[in-house]
Amino acid sequence: MGRYFVKRVLSTIPLLLVISILIFAFIHLIPGDPVRKMLPKEATQEEYEQLKEELGFNDPLPIQYINYMKDLFRGDFGESYKSGLPISEIFPARLQATLALTLWGIVWSVILGTLIGIVSAVKRGKVLDYVGMVIATSGISVPSFWLGLMLIQIFSVQLGWLPTGQLDSWKGYILPSITMGCSIMGTLARYSRSSMLETMQEDYVRTARAKGQRESLVVLRHAFRNSLVQVVTVVGLQIGGLLAGSVLVETVFSIPGLGRLMVDSINFRDYKVIQALLMFFALEYIVINLIVDLLYGVLNPKIRYD
Amino acid sequence: MSETKQPVNPTPSEFMDDPVLQNRSRTREFFKKFFQRKTAVVAGCFILFLVIIAIIGPSIAPYDPAAYDYSAIRSGPTAQHLMGTDEFGRDVFSRLLAGARLSLGSALAAVIVGAALGTILGILAGYYGGILEALVMRSSDVLFAMPDILLCIAIVAIIGPGLINVIIAVTVFTIPSFARIMRSATLSVKGSLYVEVARSLGCPDSRILIKHIFPGTVQSMIVNFTMRIGSAILAASSLSFLGFGADVSAPEWGAMLSSGRNYIGVADHLILFPGLIIFLTVLAFNLFGDGLRDTLDPKVK
Amino acid sequence: MTEQVLLDVRDLRTEFKTGRKQSVTAVNGVSFQVRSGEIVGLVGESGCGKSVTSLSIMQLFRNTNGKVTGGEVFLKGKNLLTCSEKEMRAIRGKEISMIFQEPMSSLNPSMRIDAQLIEAIRLHTDLDKKAARAHALDMLGRVGIANPEMVLRSFPHQLSGGMSQRVMIAMAMCCDPTVLIADEPTTALDVTIQAQILQLMRKIRAENDTGILLITHDLGVVAEMCSRVIVMYAGRIVEEAPVEELFACPKHPYTQGLIASVPKLGSGVTSLPSIPGSVPDLSMMPEGCKFAPRCSKACDRCHKEEPALFDLGGDRKSRCWLHESEQVKSTKKEAAV
Repeated sequence: MGRYFVKRVLSTIPLLLVISILIFAFIHLIPGDPVRKMLPKEATQEEYEQLKEELGFNDPLPIQYINYMKDLFRGDFGESYKSGLPISEIFPARLQATLALTLWGIVWSVILGTLIGIVSAVKRGKVLDYVGMVIATSGISVPSFWLGLMLIQIFSVQLGWLPTGQLDSWKGYILPSITMGCSIMGTLARYSRSSMLETMQEDYVRTARAKGQRESLVVLRHAFRNSLVQVVTVVGLQIGGLLAGSVLVETVFSIPGLGRLMVDSINFRDYKVIQALLMFFALEYIVINLIVDLLYGVLNPKIRYD
Repeated sequence: MSETKQPVNPTPSEFMDDPVLQNRSRTREFFKKFFQRKTAVVAGCFILFLVIIAIIGPSIAPYDPAAYDYSAIRSGPTAQHLMGTDEFGRDVFSRLLAGARLSLGSALAAVIVGAALGTILGILAGYYGGILEALVMRSSDVLFAMPDILLCIAIVAIIGPGLINVIIAVTVFTIPSFARIMRSATLSVKGSLYVEVARSLGCPDSRILIKHIFPGTVQSMIVNFTMRIGSAILAASSLSFLGFGADVSAPEWGAMLSSGRNYIGVADHLILFPGLIIFLTVLAFNLFGDGLRDTLDPKVK
Repeated sequence: MTEQVLLDVRDLRTEFKTGRKQSVTAVNGVSFQVRSGEIVGLVGESGCGKSVTSLSIMQLFRNTNGKVTGGEVFLKGKNLLTCSEKEMRAIRGKEISMIFQEPMSSLNPSMRIDAQLIEAIRLHTDLDKKAARAHALDMLGRVGIANPEMVLRSFPHQLSGGMSQRVMIAMAMCCDPTVLIADEPTTALDVTIQAQILQLMRKIRAENDTGILLITHDLGVVAEMCSRVIVMYAGRIVEEAPVEELFACPKHPYTQGLIASVPKLGSGVTSLPSIPGSVPDLSMMPEGCKFAPRCSKACDRCHKEEPALFDLGGDRKSRCWLHESEQVKSTKKEAAV
């Protein structure tokens, strides 16, 4: 297990490097001159050159990249062109909002999605299976931004039950996290159903029944535990999707999170922030995948011992 | 020179796997099975209906989708305006009809281009292997590692907003899924007997690829194609909603929602209808794709 | 026979749904008995309904299209087919246990062996975890595992096939069942391991007086293990006989074909006779005798009318028109549908 862990952690380093180079290269290939944008219209050519030199834009790209990475390791993500604030100061509060939303979104959708998947698999071909799959497919198909707007309209505007856009109490999290989790719930329900259908056919499930085990425990202890590996993979892949989902959900609910920051930065062409965000999302994505892989080891004893 | 006429060792039964020879009876079998799946058939009819609207939409619209009518601003659904009017008094129903072309068209264009590129790359990678395969597969791994919409947003962030750029972004995220699927489909077809036979008869690579490999992989491609249109519509309308896609004045469905959200609680129909049509469209494509997949490949139910 | 009849299967019929209104009959009118301390062999080609028969007895058809649609299965006089699911659960693993063809995939890969054995023990006893574990340890020792403590702590993938089958047998035997159904228990194992497992099963039968139903397609195993043999073909019993008699003088042409296709040591025969054709598709059964299309002795009658399982006396039965005249008493009413 220890060796597997170390090997897996080390293997992410080259991937991180490649992605950081790609993001850096693409950002610098973008047409449009950020230096010009930062200066007031009446700035002289001299001032322009001076700022460009200051920002290090005259160095060759590889040098710029190395300097950028050096700064990153010191926790310096650069400054936002728009606000002039260091990005490392803008991030934490926004990250907190996004993480809280994502977390609640995952929690409810994973629980409900797996549940629907299990029930559908067990009741295959019955009405419950059909209803479950209709819910799941709708969850995948519904545009999250529309769902969010409809929820606001019904629960905030018409019924006045829940607030929107304020995260100061738990009530504020309800609508955005419902919106956020819908597609994961659907995907997970579909995957866990098909994976459960597969494991339910396994010999060891028959063994468990032949022992005289109750069907509920046959399903949970024997079948579900073994489809958990696939379920975890899907959750891992979907969390990455949630990060993207945060862009839409935060826009709909006017929540000042990282997603909203992304939209604002793109509109303003605030490249330093975009770059930092992309790096951050990539890093987060890789870390999540790493956690998923390590969880594999816990769930599947074969990997742990090999 | 057709290899099936050659008096060589393979018996007729060994040729039974050849999709070219089996096509006709397969098609009939397919339709028979498919029509048993009522949900998918309904979804298919809905898609057909949408496509017709996308083609003739503007001409059957009761109003000019771009015509302002300041006497009826943000009016709710009435007999004159089935789905009400927007903040400029434009008829929402007519705009939705006109938007079908824009929304469906951009998704379709992106998926067609992406599917074509991905399919070619995937088949070549699967057939030739080696460096080409490594290159194609590693880069699709990287692209695939990014979630769809995030990738689109990243691309739009880099190349800038606009409907064309959104189509490019959706195309880019479509490529890896096709490349992957087509590669594995190619690998499995490549090992089958009828390809071996064709190769032993001296068929040139290009002919094997077009005549034998491609038909064998077509099923997986069709299924993925349908599924991808659904996600492409979602991605494209999401980007338009964020203001990165179609121009706000265009009747693109996502863009309509984007301007409609300012009137939440005031003119609910501006949110309800455009979103509903996106939802139903994506749902139809997903259900249709499910039906296709279940019919073509009963294993992966 | 003085032994007690443990399992009495009468006219068992099991169908599988294949479409909305179509179904195939996988087991049709099967009747046999298993007595205490007896090993009964159930042989036939794959797809003849052997395994379905065993699943029917245990009623393990959840998540499949299969259903027992007729007949009775008595276990010590109690009809299992009228039992509720709850009553059946109390019987499975306690009264009737099963071991399967693929020992490796029959154990749950994500649970340690001890957890799986303890689960089986505690389902049918009041033992606490500690006592159940001690019992599990004892069982592993009795099935000939040299280092039971280590095996208990293992995951299934760390065990060999033979070892897994021993564990399966320990699990099946841990509640001292009346009847053990062994479905091709040695098919997936190496020859040397096969012999060990068979030896173990004989030992268990001798020690516990368990009735064993041994399902196999291997006539060698049958000759070595069983006292009585039931031959199945296309969902029906075609012949039943004590083992020596079956090999010495097979009655049904199908059994004759089966036995003839087994190579004999030192016989010098270079090409073995085989039965032409293959088992008919369950959905396209021929009329008359199901074996007639492959039978070299078939006459017109065989293609039109299906013979009953004629009782030839002395525990011998045959479903062939050739033996109609040999039957001891009229079994016409038993004639199959």
